[in-house]
Amino acid sequence: MFDNLSTKLQDIFGKLKSRGKLSEKDVDAAMREVRLALLEADVNYKVVKDFVSKVKERAIGGEVLDSLTPGQQVVKIVNEGLTELMGSTESKLSFAPRPPSIIMLVGLQGSGKTTTSAKLAYHLRSSGKRPFLVGADVYRPAAIDQLRTLAEENNISFYSDDPSTAPMTIVKDGIRAANQKGSDVIIVDTAGRLHIDDDMMLELEQIKKEVKPHQILLVVDAMTGQDAVNVAQSFRDRLDFDGVVMTKLDGDARGGAALSIKAVTGRPIKLVSVGEKMDSLEPFHPDRMASRILGMGDILTLIEKAQANIDEKQAREMEDKLRRADFTFEDFLDQMEQMQKMGPINQLIKMIPGMNKLPKDIAVSDQDLARIRAIIQSMTREERLTPNIINGSRRERIAKGSGTDTHQINQLLKQFAQTKKMLKQLGSMQGKGRMPKGSFPFMG
Amino acid sequence: MKWFRRQEKHDEAEELEAIEVGAAARVAEEAIDEAAEVEPDQLEEAEVESEEVFEEEDQETVSWFARLKKGLTKSRENIVGKISTLLTMHGKIDEELWDEMEAILIQADLGIHSTTRVIDSVRESVERERISDVEQVMGLLKKELTRILKTEAPQTLDHTSERRIYLIVGVNGTGKTTTIAKLARSFAKEKQSVLLGAADTFRAAAVEQLDIWAKRMGVDIVKHERGADPAAVVYDAIHAASARRIDVLLIDTAGRLHTYVNLMEELKKIKRIAEREKGDADLQTLLVIDATTGQNGIAQARLFHEALEVDGIVLTKLDGTAKGGIILAIHDELAIPIRYIGVGEGMDDLKDFSADEFIEALIGS
Ligand SMILES: Nc1nc2c(ncn2[C@@H]2O[C@H](COP(=O)(O)OP(=O)(O)O)[C@@H](O)[C@H]2O)c(=O)[nH]1
Ligand SMILES: Nc1nc2c(ncn2[C@@H]2O[C@H](COP(=O)(O)OP(=O)(O)O)[C@@H](O)[C@H]2O)c(=O)[nH]1
Ligand SMILES: [Mg+2]
Ligand SMILES: [Mg+2]
Repeated sequence: MFDNLSTKLQDIFGKLKSRGKLSEKDVDAAMREVRLALLEADVNYKVVKDFVSKVKERAIGGEVLDSLTPGQQVVKIVNEGLTELMGSTESKLSFAPRPPSIIMLVGLQGSGKTTTSAKLAYHLRSSGKRPFLVGADVYRPAAIDQLRTLAEENNISFYSDDPSTAPMTIVKDGIRAANQKGSDVIIVDTAGRLHIDDDMMLELEQIKKEVKPHQILLVVDAMTGQDAVNVAQSFRDRLDFDGVVMTKLDGDARGGAALSIKAVTGRPIKLVSVGEKMDSLEPFHPDRMASRILGMGDILTLIEKAQANIDEKQAREMEDKLRRADFTFEDFLDQMEQMQKMGPINQLIKMIPGMNKLPKDIAVSDQDLARIRAIIQSMTREERLTPNIINGSRRERIAKGSGTDTHQINQLLKQFAQTKKMLKQLGSMQGKGRMPKGSFPFMG
Repeated sequence: MKWFRRQEKHDEAEELEAIEVGAAARVAEEAIDEAAEVEPDQLEEAEVESEEVFEEEDQETVSWFARLKKGLTKSRENIVGKISTLLTMHGKIDEELWDEMEAILIQADLGIHSTTRVIDSVRESVERERISDVEQVMGLLKKELTRILKTEAPQTLDHTSERRIYLIVGVNGTGKTTTIAKLARSFAKEKQSVLLGAADTFRAAAVEQLDIWAKRMGVDIVKHERGADPAAVVYDAIHAASARRIDVLLIDTAGRLHTYVNLMEELKKIKRIAEREKGDADLQTLLVIDATTGQNGIAQARLFHEALEVDGIVLTKLDGTAKGGIILAIHDELAIPIRYIGVGEGMDDLKDFSADEFIEALIGS
């Protein structure tokens, strides 16, 4: 579906190598491809125009001309430019110097505000905060129930009222309830609204004026097209929000809206959401997003490689296991062996859009494999099936049995958890374009 | 209702087995225990009589296009502008004109490929017919866009059967549940009997959301507990509908990204069961697409279509400033007819799709 920009640029510049010099015309040809890639990724038309002309200037300025691999150089310049545009370092959530901090989530209908509110609370609690959820969407049927359910399921304090109550009242009462509980972060979920709906925007302005949230976050769907800038600009004009949460990045949307919004409003992306479950909220990495927008990750190559090397039937079994979430240590060992067959894993991972950095310690050598096998063989069947029962004394026993030490056992346990997580992430990326359905091995 | 339950018992063994095969992927992940204990079915009698609700039938004469326009003039940054203005202001046919036309189409989310094709084709006509009048370019553009939207797609549903089942699918948050409420409302207005099937058993309070709509409109609903197998809900709903000779059964499903193979498999299974159980009813699968969607809409449509053979598209949230131009790209590739558009959050905010009106709104005139 999306052709790899790097390959295209290399094709263009490949022809030029013999001449050894780049003309403005050559750069133009490259920039046409860059422009296409950005527009395909839903980066706003005007932002693209601006960006391309800036990159062109830089490229013609000489950096590329002297380079031996001009194609790669251009990609690098483009990638750096994008990363820079999106904010070079990750921008964290900030809290009020004196608690409680009030965080208000706003955005269009269906963008993911309620889910994100609950996830944010979940996330903050695991980092030691005492979050409190306030449900102020009185318009969408059962929106309050939705948040209440998520709060109850995850044991998070919650307040709301009957949908006939004014949102302002709910928010104020909610803050009072949170204060009584001694909560330090109050997350306010609001109703979805169109940026052109004057009354509804006014409602938010009034709440903002009254309760002075420490942070207002705009929740934006990663699949949003060209309209993202209109929405973001209106929300900024009226609410001056502090940052963006980009949701639904677990799909195959390239997410150009992220770039457009940052470029147009100057507000950073603070968090990304990659699933419907509570643990799928992550910090935003501008560099990963840049590669994703450019389509530089090449999932298709990865899939082809994987397919060529992995037994179809085995792959299906593995997919089933992951689906049932009973991926065990035995499978893990299996997996390690399969991956080794596929070639340098570092290189493979780089091909996945949005995942150009390898989770630490996941690469394996033959020695590693032998050690892993020994450790796993020293586990009881029960331990292999339910690794969380492996406590201190079990670790010692396994270490002795395998001729390793507890540090290595710990490392393996961590690796196992990481692999499981990674496979899950990979699983959600399949189905792109011309990929044969259901054929991506070991993930479900 | 009671005898429906009895009837279900008759061919119990075979049916239940089919439903249980490959229990819903997400259920498997987190709710296996609950799923097992789920109540078989609860068909709720709605409290309100349909007649009452529709007494105050709205004499709505304003076309959705007028509403849309109203919406757009409300917009403070209608950056898309209007092509006709552009053309008349511009006065001559030159490169700049084509560039600006491209800008407008891309900003309406047509995507670079469709945009390029449309413009190339208009340009070709302009050159071939030696057109020099800018006004005529406008006509050619409209013609080309209309051609794409009308090709190979019947614009209305031909009801082959008295009884119909609609399976409503799409990615997360596009407006599936709300569309069901709107469809229920419009069918009920036509004095047809309507039943809702709450097969989004995954998202928190999704069942409650549909249930509230059902109560508001005075239509019945078949629902199970959260975490139940959606296929079981579909099975029950279809049997309830056929037992009571319901005209229209509308089935809500959980939102899912098209990239999750297991979740798409779950939908396929739902559709298989619906096909098998539908009896004399006609089954239609409608894909709900959010008008704010950009180029990802193509992948959505492609994969949902591959999995389910989608019969029609509902384009929601056209009351915002997004133009929904992705629908042209989708139509160009897959020729799936667009059936309805959503223009608000209320139950009356659903309109039949009209290619001409859509294009008017897209390029302005
Ligand atoms: N796949 C996926 N779905 C999401 C994500 N965030 C939210 N959703 C889903 O999107 C839909 C709308 O979310 P919701 O929180 O109700 O949106 P709201 O209307 O803005 O409050 C629900 O089906 C959510 O489960 C995400 O990051 N990934
Ligand atoms: N403005 C507008 N909002 C809509 C439209 N259709 C649905 N919505 C809103 O979009 C959000 C998600 O709708 P819902 O039906 O729950 O989506 P689902 O997750 O696909 O079932 C809700 O807040 C709806 O009120 C529409 O046509 N216009
Ligand atoms: Mg909500
Ligand atoms: Mg729904």
